Amino acid sequence: MGRYLLKRLWHTVYVVVGISMISFFFIHLSGDPVMLMLPPDATMAEVETLREQLGFNDPIYVQYWRFASRAVQGDLGSSLYFRVPAVNLILERLPASLELAGAAMLIALAISIPLGIISAVKRGSLWDLSSMLGALFGLSMPHFWLGIMLILLFSVTLGWLPTSGRGSLAQLVMPSLALGLSLMAMFARLTRSVMLEVLSQDYVRTARAKGLKERLVIGKHALKNALIPLVTVAGMQFGFLIGGTVIIETVFAWPGVGRLVVQAIFSRDYPLVQATVLVLAVLFVLVNLLTDLIYLYLDPQISYLEEK
Amino acid sequence: MLSIRHLKTYFRTPRGIARAVDGVSLQMGPGEIMGVVGESGCGKSVMALSVLGLLASPPALFAGGEIRFKGRDLLTLAPEELRRLRGDQISMIFQEPMSALNPVFTVGNQLSEVFRVHRGLDRSAARQGAVEMLAKVGVPAPERRVGEYPYQLSGGMRQRVMIAMALACRPALLLADEPTTALDVSIQAQILELMLGLKEELGTAILLITHDLGVVAEITRRVAVMYTGKIMEEAATEELFDHPLHPYTRGLMASIPRADASFETDALNEIRGVVPSAVDLPPGCHFEPRCPEAVAACRTHPPELEELRPGHRVACWRANRG
Repeated sequence: MGRYLLKRLWHTVYVVVGISMISFFFIHLSGDPVMLMLPPDATMAEVETLREQLGFNDPIYVQYWRFASRAVQGDLGSSLYFRVPAVNLILERLPASLELAGAAMLIALAISIPLGIISAVKRGSLWDLSSMLGALFGLSMPHFWLGIMLILLFSVTLGWLPTSGRGSLAQLVMPSLALGLSLMAMFARLTRSVMLEVLSQDYVRTARAKGLKERLVIGKHALKNALIPLVTVAGMQFGFLIGGTVIIETVFAWPGVGRLVVQAIFSRDYPLVQATVLVLAVLFVLVNLLTDLIYLYLDPQISYLEEK
Repeated sequence: MLSIRHLKTYFRTPRGIARAVDGVSLQMGPGEIMGVVGESGCGKSVMALSVLGLLASPPALFAGGEIRFKGRDLLTLAPEELRRLRGDQISMIFQEPMSALNPVFTVGNQLSEVFRVHRGLDRSAARQGAVEMLAKVGVPAPERRVGEYPYQLSGGMRQRVMIAMALACRPALLLADEPTTALDVSIQAQILELMLGLKEELGTAILLITHDLGVVAEITRRVAVMYTGKIMEEAATEELFDHPLHPYTRGLMASIPRADASFETDALNEIRGVVPSAVDLPPGCHFEPRCPEAVAACRTHPPELEELRPGHRVACWRANRG
């Protein structure tokens, strides 16, 4: 087990190196940041000096090597725009992103799984039809629109919740709800279809033949089998959520990583973009590792131990 | 002890009502071992699942009849009452030991559940019970096996676990649905022997459902031959094999490959034609389209079971005449 973890962590290094290369080269294809950094009336000589200063005139592999060798020491460069170390900016924003992603995921799972189970058990019932119709709505609603509607209802009309910002639990409610709703819809549909499949399995019939209460048949025998595909999808989605919540962050003025990176892209703040991509990649890989560890608990046939 | 009378289990299907079990009657005494034979799709499994109340309704619908177990009609019993009987008084084992055990729980976990739900034992006592049952069904090293998962066991071992689960509470009745079909021939004999031994020890009556006449001949005392949801013939096992009266039964027997047959000269006998669909059964005798002895009456009038020899009932116009 410990060995497996070490091996997986070592694989993470390959992934991260690969991602850093790809992102580094692609960002450099996107244009010259120096022009954006200087006032429009700067002379060619001034432009050239700054380029030289920032090392943009060196061959790209030299630039990458410089970046990489600093990165392994924990220095991901400084933001050209904010003029502070990129790592500091990211670490400042990361808790907000994790908090939002975590809350959205929690809401989504807590509601969707019971919903999907009941739909599967009462297949074809009014409950099933209406919750699956609701899920379809949830999936089709754009995040930003839902966010605005929530603000209109809970902040403007009812005055229950603050419109934006981060700090209190009340401020977390709407952004996580807006973000979690489509996930909820997706998981509810997924849970339903997976449960339907599992409920038709022989071992469910065996559980019933043993005289187990229906609660145990579904909550134990069926659910644990159904969780395997659910965990896969939830893990992937959580990875995306950490960096991919720009729209919701914008609507609710949430100080997360997503907004930071978009801002950095627009200002061609390479070091910051580069650093953010790298941090998000590492997080994504770690979430995947965690997912695999959960499998270990769910499915005894998966064994990560070395072959004997 | 078990008395099935005129049981009619139908299914609603898009193509119409499928009459899976159509007026079956059976009697079983305590400790008796009875066989039900027939081709796949003849309704024998549906009949067993009807007894346990394991068919989802809809699509299943119980169009008539009764299933009396120790005097109580299982078809009208409250679901909660029926659940308490399942696994305790009546249990069932299935054809596929591979898929009938839950892959994500240990053998011990699945086995001790029976003790916990029906006997109210705590975790450690139930686990102890599980180990004892595994030993009883001949699983070697039960203390170790109890912590293993189904995928770690062979097919024969899994079926032993299923049997242990089914017999844990010493049920009065065991429904065994093709318990040996998915197993190797050498394992089949072991499993049948195990079932017989436990039947003697626990006094459990066994309803053995199979398509294998050899298995029936080996261990049952009485046999019912089913075809398209109806019982065609029923008799003591020896009587049936000595004097098969129904052309279908004779066809089944003739289609057993014989060890002394010559490969060159003796073709394997088969029953010509195919089993009719349960949504579109012939109006007369269901076997008439395939029957080599059919006469005009067979086409229009369904025959009823009649006792033609002592303890030997058959539903056939031709058998009636001679």
